[in-house]
Amino acid sequence: MNPEDRKYTQEHEWAKVEDAAARLVAVGITHYAQDELGDIVYFDLPQVGDKVAYMEKMGEVESVKAVSDLFSPVTGQVSAVNDALIDHPELVNDDPFEAGWIVRVVLEDLAELDNLMSAADYEAYIQGTH
Amino acid sequence: MLKGGTRDTTRLLMERSVPGRVGAVAPPLDVPAQPLPDAALLRAGLALPEVSEPEVVQYFTGLSQLNFSIDTQFYPLGSCTMKYNPKVNDEVAFLPGFAAIHPLQPEETAQGALELLYRLQGFLGEITGMAGVSLATLAGAHGELAGVLMMRAYHQARGDFRRTKMAIPDSAHGTNPASAAMAGFDVVTLASDADGNVDLDALHELAGPELAGVMITLPSTLGLFDRNIVEVCRIVHQAGGLVYGDGANMNALLGRVKLGDLGFDVIHLNLHKTFSTPHGGGGPGAGPVCCGPELVPYLAAPVVNVVDVPPDDGKADPEWDETAFYILDTPEHSIGKISGFHGNFGVLVRAYTYIRTLGDAGIKSISGNAVLNANYLLNKLRDDYYLPYDRPCMHEVVFSADWQRERGVSGLEVAKRLLDYGFHAPTMYFPLIVHEALMIEPTEAENRDTLDAFIQALQAINRETDENPELVRQAPHTTPVSRLDEARAARQPDLRWRGE
Amino acid sequence: MTTGHFQSHYIPNTELEQAEMLAALGLASVDELFADIPAAFRNPPLDLPAPLSELEIQRELAALAGKNRPLGSGPSFLGAGAYHHFIPAIVKALMTRGEFLTAYTPYQPEVSQGTLQVIYEFQTLISNLYGMEVANAGMYDGATSLAEGVLMACRVTRRRRAAVADTLSPAYLQVIRTYCQAHGIDLYPVSPAADLEGQLDGDTAGLIVQYPNFYGGIEDLARLSAAAHDRGALLVVSADPLAMGMFQPPGHYDADIVTGEGQPLGIPASYGGPYVGLFTTKERYMRQMPSRLVGRTVDAQGRNGYVLTLQTREQHIRRERATSNICTNEALYALAATIYLAALGKQGLRQIAELCYHKAHYAAAQIEQLSGYSLPLEGPFFQEFVVQCPQPPAEINRQLLERNILGGLDVSISPYRDPLPPEVDRGILLCVTEMNTRQDIDALIAGLAEFS
Repeated sequence: MNPEDRKYTQEHEWAKVEDAAARLVAVGITHYAQDELGDIVYFDLPQVGDKVAYMEKMGEVESVKAVSDLFSPVTGQVSAVNDALIDHPELVNDDPFEAGWIVRVVLEDLAELDNLMSAADYEAYIQGTH
Repeated sequence: MLKGGTRDTTRLLMERSVPGRVGAVAPPLDVPAQPLPDAALLRAGLALPEVSEPEVVQYFTGLSQLNFSIDTQFYPLGSCTMKYNPKVNDEVAFLPGFAAIHPLQPEETAQGALELLYRLQGFLGEITGMAGVSLATLAGAHGELAGVLMMRAYHQARGDFRRTKMAIPDSAHGTNPASAAMAGFDVVTLASDADGNVDLDALHELAGPELAGVMITLPSTLGLFDRNIVEVCRIVHQAGGLVYGDGANMNALLGRVKLGDLGFDVIHLNLHKTFSTPHGGGGPGAGPVCCGPELVPYLAAPVVNVVDVPPDDGKADPEWDETAFYILDTPEHSIGKISGFHGNFGVLVRAYTYIRTLGDAGIKSISGNAVLNANYLLNKLRDDYYLPYDRPCMHEVVFSADWQRERGVSGLEVAKRLLDYGFHAPTMYFPLIVHEALMIEPTEAENRDTLDAFIQALQAINRETDENPELVRQAPHTTPVSRLDEARAARQPDLRWRGE
Repeated sequence: MTTGHFQSHYIPNTELEQAEMLAALGLASVDELFADIPAAFRNPPLDLPAPLSELEIQRELAALAGKNRPLGSGPSFLGAGAYHHFIPAIVKALMTRGEFLTAYTPYQPEVSQGTLQVIYEFQTLISNLYGMEVANAGMYDGATSLAEGVLMACRVTRRRRAAVADTLSPAYLQVIRTYCQAHGIDLYPVSPAADLEGQLDGDTAGLIVQYPNFYGGIEDLARLSAAAHDRGALLVVSADPLAMGMFQPPGHYDADIVTGEGQPLGIPASYGGPYVGLFTTKERYMRQMPSRLVGRTVDAQGRNGYVLTLQTREQHIRRERATSNICTNEALYALAATIYLAALGKQGLRQIAELCYHKAHYAAAQIEQLSGYSLPLEGPFFQEFVVQCPQPPAEINRQLLERNILGGLDVSISPYRDPLPPEVDRGILLCVTEMNTRQDIDALIAGLAEFS
């Protein structure tokens, strides 16, 4: 159920190339992550223009009774933020891989994605954490 | 519509408001009217309700009936010590000589109040085995803040600025790390061992020149007395650190052991738990700080001291002495003033009254019966609910709903179903190190019939988990409202009435 | 032989019941339950007085209470942060109902709708009173509420300095210092009457003022607000909620954080506590607030109901990264304030505020007529004012007390003296409220006239 058109991290984020020439990727959290969190009620997100770095904190996601750090799966500059999540954080529960994207980032180096897991590896990883 | 006795409680005050109604009448002005200031300084409108006195009484009485409370239900909420709140305590706190005195009036016109505070400091010092007590802190977490600020001041006064780390067990209340952070410390987590005690190997790793201290809850939030506690204190002291004691669970230890004897340097008490003052739906509390001699100069201000007038009347002990004069005093190196005045005096009067009523024999009877009642529940429920730490407990027992979870019912759902049986829920999902935790604290103030009825209810819910799990999953069914949409509340915060 | 059993009227278990319960556990004595405590420390001597019956308790506490002078026992003119106001009988009657008094924090909303709905009402009325967008469920008291306001201003602006008006209560300043001591926050004094240009800069998180100020005066919040906002600082105000019955609320001046001491709203002076701290702000800063919040939502059947919300700000979830360590607050006194505001209502609160205003100004005008006395501070005031006296205030207060009059606060001594002009070297801070009759005020004037 994890789409094969993107890469994954052990912190349950995904990164999908939107425009290779522009080194543009979309970033979000996985279905597994949203299911563990439960009803998502709030995102604290970076702003357009902010620098983010691989596996460094870029924001927070809150459910009713928990708060978790959001880690960036890539290094680069934020070029867009999903403003719909401000009023409708539940989009990430409902559609984590498409409508529930979180930020778009222009990468410093597209090759960085090679460090991340494939859908199959990620599937094996979450099976292993059970 | 909400059920709330015979009066409607669904409409809010602003919705009940009818122009022209009044709920109180002010006396006429008995001096000549004075010139008003510039009209720009005066407000035009004031959005307050207009309701008559009977409506106010009926509305709030109706609201009160939507609550569970100790006076109406068994309230086995772990770590909260929901015991009976004696009525005489409230009565004396409302005496005009206590309730109607001003915090800044001259000390000679408040000697009775100061004498009471002085005696209470003495009682709490004796119960905890501590040298100094400050009553100025207004709740448990407030006491924690004062205590960890004292630890910081102590280290810094010795020129030791390296001690930036505060070690806190993984089973601790959230207030512990939050208080340590407010006092500028970096929080490091201290693991628990398989028996629920502090893991000594982990402590050894942390004990060094950067360790300011540890914050320990005794008995722990698992309801267990840490058998390593003397060794924990020794290790921390040897490394130059101090030991903080969170007194939330003191109900287990009253008269049985003094934390000062064990090696604790500074602790707080929760008078609204251990010493019977009512919790009021979330406060007021009082969180006196008690400390050993080396920390006394750092106590939060004020403390009550005694001087003799006339100065030397030849009596050795000023306590209980009719010529003694009590004063508000600031310790030499005090961390400072931590509340507007002298503490939650009305709460302190109640705790004083409680300790005087119980006296030496009664204080010990509290802990004995509290621990006995908790072990009675442990023993009767252990076949129905999983007991993750299988050893005798102190004043509370922590079960896990893992066995129910395997059958599709969560700890939360078990707790909600208890509401239908007329019992308040236990503390759930705490401590964090126990999966599906159900933390049950009966207190000494409940009789065996109540304990037996509670046991039967939990056993019945366990049977329902097999026979009718959906009934449990959808609980509660009999309360004024059913399960509330907390996600909606957090996504679209509606925090005040705005007119509709 | 005595068994040592003590039967308290607060503890149901009899000796026989204890024995039966112990037997069920396979134990012979209560002592065995405490076997985990190292023997060397178990059962220490406990030097406490013997138990008392309720009759004896009532006698002892009445005797202690009898040594204190209650505010109602004679004319009283002391304020300075705690005030003598009228409290309708229904406040105590309702707040001492066991269902309110003996409930815990409303963590189980299905069986705590009473407490939760009251807090929602409290948040509504306090927001309205201060003209602010959002109020929390209450803090410990006015001083700690303002201290948390300073910390929040630093969080919001990510700045580390706070400009504190020198007309702020010295006690409040001390509490702010205590709260800020571990955070390297630079607290520096500013004079709100002076030109603030140059006193605030790009590192200033907030301008901290009291309204009315400690000496009774109404600060020019319009000017202070503009000065703070010009520098990107927040305006943080500690406001007397009762004065809001007649004066413009801080929200009118675009204040960012407004705190206050809730005691004037139906809470007895009680030697300094328990009171309730008020805390309000703008919606955009809501997630930086300390303490509990109650929100309205719906249940599974679509009925309105109330829950604790935005809890991820709080210590039980965010732990060392929480907005504050506060847990237990003062819910019972938030209830008292809510009942008080419901009873007094739109008209009553204005009437009480105006009574305080007119009586205080009448008293001030009378005192100004006495030779040797003057009112050294200019500008509008509410119910408190500083009087320069012909004799040391301590001596005047002593003689007033001989007439059973509780005088004002002696502000000729540090730290109250410091911000006052040099000529106010024998100042006394008097407070006149609706509790003072004309006879009380005339008795005060007569007492003061003795020193003319």
